[in-house]
Amino acid sequence: MKRLTIPISEAAIRELKVGDEVLLNGRVVLSRDMGHKYMVEHKPEWLKPLLAEAVIYHCGPVVAQHPDGHWSFVAAGPTTSIREEPYQADVLETYHVRGVIGKGGMGKKTSDGLAKVGACYFHATGGAGALLAERVKRVVDVKMLEEFGSPEAFWIVEVEDFPLVVTMDSHGGSLHEEVAKASQDRARELMSQK
Amino acid sequence: MPSCPMPDLTPMATVEARSVLPRDWAADLGSPLTVDLTLAVTELIRRATSRMPQDIIEALVAGRNAETDGSRAANTLDTMLENIQLADDHVAPLCQDTGTVIFWVRHPFGFSQQRIRQQIRAAVRECTRRSWLRPNCVEALSGRNPGDNMDPFLEGHPVIHFEEKEGPGLEVSVMLKGGGCENVGAQYRLPDAAIGAGRDLGGVRKCVIDAVAKAQGQGCSPGILGVAIGGDRVTGYEKSKEVILRKLGTPNPDPKLDALERRLMEDLNTLGIGPMGYGGRSTALGVLVTEMFRHPASFFVSISYMCWSSRRLELKLDAGGQPSFG
Repeated sequence: MKRLTIPISEAAIRELKVGDEVLLNGRVVLSRDMGHKYMVEHKPEWLKPLLAEAVIYHCGPVVAQHPDGHWSFVAAGPTTSIREEPYQADVLETYHVRGVIGKGGMGKKTSDGLAKVGACYFHATGGAGALLAERVKRVVDVKMLEEFGSPEAFWIVEVEDFPLVVTMDSHGGSLHEEVAKASQDRARELMSQK
Repeated sequence: MPSCPMPDLTPMATVEARSVLPRDWAADLGSPLTVDLTLAVTELIRRATSRMPQDIIEALVAGRNAETDGSRAANTLDTMLENIQLADDHVAPLCQDTGTVIFWVRHPFGFSQQRIRQQIRAAVRECTRRSWLRPNCVEALSGRNPGDNMDPFLEGHPVIHFEEKEGPGLEVSVMLKGGGCENVGAQYRLPDAAIGAGRDLGGVRKCVIDAVAKAQGQGCSPGILGVAIGGDRVTGYEKSKEVILRKLGTPNPDPKLDALERRLMEDLNTLGIGPMGYGGRSTALGVLVTEMFRHPASFFVSISYMCWSSRRLELKLDAGGQPSFG
């Protein structure tokens, strides 16, 4: 298990390979469908310092607001990443992002983007919402909450020992492609049986 | 022999003590037009969102013990089991995607479905306010989120199926069906030349293998497959969800479907997709099949994929209105 702290250098990313298990620490920005569309169409400047050398998390959390106004995360597992495929590579390049956390993996365009920019795709355990919320130690800020609603807003958080698996690395490797190929071969074999 | 401990859920006395229902609460089923189920349904959702059913936990532990210690698959199943423990300890949602909220209500003659609907809606609003449910119901085109899980157009969400039943007592089942797994559901029209599936049990088996191979880890594997053979396009899909209410480990009453379920479990767990699609032996936790009517010209196989975090629970009110959850 490797420990990784944000800001992450390109050299540290290039060392990571498909299958590595990682514990992530530092600032993470949550964004999903509306956020990715917005980042590509509007390229907001205010996001640049937040995302440089940092990590985007595909997640729509369950949040609670306390009487003094501060927020905490109640459940915060990953959402399916492939919906951001049209946007992700552009976002990586525009904002110098070092990693994307999500589930299910992404496609060729993102894989090329990861290799070009020097970034990784980190897979979190889908459904482990309570455990992952525990590893979110602080909600620093939230942007576009009114406009997007809470599942889609840009939540800026600090995570501690956030457990991840590298499933797409910065060298074109993809665990998803490997598993898909082997399992689909096996499925064809099963389907040829009576 | 690798093994992992069963999560140690909070004792029932603690669960009861945390209940939103007052001690000794009972529904006045003798007054079907004024009875109020709002609190009981609130409690049903509270438990369903935070406490994993025992049969699902046992299937996950069995899956964990089939994996090699230290493998990604084993570590991932350990994370899932730890999550089950934490959600229960904290009364927090097991998963941030608290899903499309689906109810099945079975009630005796004389109850007002419209009133029960309003009570269920009030319970869902309250659970959303308490962060037990995420606001998951948005306008289809704009994505605008009203924030309270209420359908902004009609009364389509929460989804409520009503059925009038014989005898006293009333039952409400709830299922929290996440979006990721809903997206990998599939419907086949047999014969299907592309996968070589004919109009028989062998054809049904091929549909399920194909759907799971296409889903990979996207539905949050290891998953539970609800399969309805027959129906029209709507009722087939509806039944494929309802069948997931059946507890894992209970045999299918139809021997030929029971045999199909067992064979498919063996088949699917040789695909190598594994937990979250990282590779491994645990691809499916269960296969649940049911047979329906069909039009002679149609032969649909409808498949609903339920994620490993299979949140479902039933509230039973006995003839005296005493509640039990299971």
